[in-house]
Amino acid sequence: MIVDLFITCLNDAMFPRTGEATVRLLERLGQTVRFNAAQTCCGQMHFNSGYQEDALNLVRHFARTFRDASVVVAPSGSCVGMVRDLYPRAAEWAGDERLLEEVNALTPRVFELSEFLVGHLGVEDVGAYYPHRVTYHQTCHALRVLRVGDAPLRLLRNVRGLNLVELPAVDQCCGFGGTFSVKNADTSTAMLADKVQNVMSTGAEACTAGDNSCLMHIGGGLSRLRAGTRTVHLAEILASTEQEVFA
Amino acid sequence: MSAGGIKPARPFQQAARVTLANPQMRRNLRHATTTIREKRLRAVAELPDWEALRDEGAALKDHVMAHLADALLDLEAAVQARGGRVHWARDAAEARGIVADIAAAHGAREVIKVKSISTDEIELNAALAERGIHAIETDLAELIVQLAEDRPSHILVPAIHRNRAEIRDLFRRKLGAELLTDEPKQLAEAARLYLREKFLTTRVAVSGANFAVAESGTVCVVESEGNGRMCVTMPGVLVSVMGIEKVLPTWQDMAVFLRLLPRSSTAERMNPYTSFWSGVTPGDGPQEFHLVLLDNGRTDVLADEVGRQTLRCIRCSACLNVCPVYERVGGHAYGSVYPGPIGAILTPQLLHLEDRNANTLPWASSLCGACYDACPVKINIPEVLLYLRGKITEEKPLSAEAIAFKTAAWVMSEPHRFEGAIKLARSGQGPLVKNGAIHALPGMLGGWTEARDLPAFPPQTFREWWRGRPAPQPRETDGQAQTSEGELLAPQRGDRGPA
Repeated sequence: MIVDLFITCLNDAMFPRTGEATVRLLERLGQTVRFNAAQTCCGQMHFNSGYQEDALNLVRHFARTFRDASVVVAPSGSCVGMVRDLYPRAAEWAGDERLLEEVNALTPRVFELSEFLVGHLGVEDVGAYYPHRVTYHQTCHALRVLRVGDAPLRLLRNVRGLNLVELPAVDQCCGFGGTFSVKNADTSTAMLADKVQNVMSTGAEACTAGDNSCLMHIGGGLSRLRAGTRTVHLAEILASTEQEVFA
Repeated sequence: MSAGGIKPARPFQQAARVTLANPQMRRNLRHATTTIREKRLRAVAELPDWEALRDEGAALKDHVMAHLADALLDLEAAVQARGGRVHWARDAAEARGIVADIAAAHGAREVIKVKSISTDEIELNAALAERGIHAIETDLAELIVQLAEDRPSHILVPAIHRNRAEIRDLFRRKLGAELLTDEPKQLAEAARLYLREKFLTTRVAVSGANFAVAESGTVCVVESEGNGRMCVTMPGVLVSVMGIEKVLPTWQDMAVFLRLLPRSSTAERMNPYTSFWSGVTPGDGPQEFHLVLLDNGRTDVLADEVGRQTLRCIRCSACLNVCPVYERVGGHAYGSVYPGPIGAILTPQLLHLEDRNANTLPWASSLCGACYDACPVKINIPEVLLYLRGKITEEKPLSAEAIAFKTAAWVMSEPHRFEGAIKLARSGQGPLVKNGAIHALPGMLGGWTEARDLPAFPPQTFREWWRGRPAPQPRETDGQAQTSEGELLAPQRGDRGPA
């Protein structure tokens, strides 16, 4: 199968290793991976902050870029959530019928990495090896918008050497929320403080999730406290093997 | 006296800091919301058809909204046929005037009140006070808030931010119950002694309404304490103020909401007291009944295709209890009698998106979506939040933030510009980076680094890596088998279909 990657702007610029891991993982599973260099950003930051006209340009750009893709996979629940859940809204609210048709045709082909692996490829054991104590944070978009369910956990449970420890209050938001963390920094910090406490209570060496935006937030809090727990994207754990620990 | 109204005195961000800086209030809120959150999940799990019931509730409400004028006219006719009077109030001032005139016409010095959110919305207590009439809240939590000269901070549990010791001290001061302990039974008894006297001596009562049935002209109040039952049966005159969206065409519709509401709000299978009254009955209950139908911005909400779903709300407060933002900042931060996620979309809309402080409320959310999952009538609160953010931003003059976003969108709409911007940021970040991370950001991004580090831009982007990468070879990895098409067989295949 030819899989078109949507690496997302944040991963491209700040977390390239997540993108590399996604490529290695999908290729290891026999997929032909393509990266269309015309891609940029899904427009979530703009849309969520109220700049919907500006977001619309990015929606159109995304729709053009991936028009011919048979499957688009991204290592980000929130960006895929934006595409699947909010692209149709963006087109509707702008009264752009043609764009609505385009995105309605595209969105059923766009998947978050873990839901693609488990739901679409039917793979739960990706042959990974990662000998660490790990806790998993459910990100809000994967949980409530995409309903990926326990797909990430099924993948993690099959990673050899990995000791999976449950995160208390796992379904609670970390408080990132994009510009929420800047505009309502105090409230966001209060939410983050609880999340960081819960992560630390597990004694995990690493906290993982399917979204680097949440992990950047949680990781930023852990780093400030010199907590000794790292954050690592799910793709990097799944890409790790006995030959090469990726994360 | 419990202040009310829906006009926030401050922007959300400022108001939130008050509770965030009060550890006791935060502990009270966390304890209460965590408890009720867990109880609600258990109560909801008991019903195998909960999701279908939510769909039914949403559909019924949408149907009413589509035929609201008819339903209200039917209600008016039925109330009148049963000896009640109906008043139409376009805004808060009209509604206040109607109720105050009725109370004054009966020479009332005091009125007793129950289910008073809509009367708080119109700031009735202050209007009555101006006419020399003292309003007495009879809901226990409302009474606590009133005695403390505080504001309600929750739709269902207005004193959620107070703990028992605080209430004991308050009752000792205000009700003269000097030997009171903080045992709930004793606290309730002190309130009961005070309220019972009021029920027996007050001639005019004011209530809100949870629902009204158009076909029979029946108004309904759902409550836990029985104080509401006393209010709607003991006095000679009853005035009920209800938002126009509370009408239901038939009794059949009521059956759905009486199942949805208690489980969503108090996590009970059925609430202890459900009172219905239809007009007046000679010799039994109030002999004069007035129904005030309150618009106060609702028809404008109704006219908006996306915002309209807000009017499905049955004020259960489930969204407040699951909201991580509400849990930290409490109800006061929202500056309106409608706090939490529903308040964040209802308040600015009732004010026609014209109030600067109320217009900060749609940003009081991390968009985690827990409110939408909990809502018994499936109001897509995150969707409405985003929609309102768009509308409010469009109206604003061009700010530094808007310029930043517009520039970012221009950069992002073209991969070469995006790549150039990353290179620029990478070469310019030097002075900010210490040990591989950024610990302090300048300007409006500074909020982030108050409590969090930010990773530095790495030396290579993904696309740079991809360009430099050798063309992938068909490889035989980890000794795993491949199909004839070259597709690798995964070590184990699970169930197909969504997890």
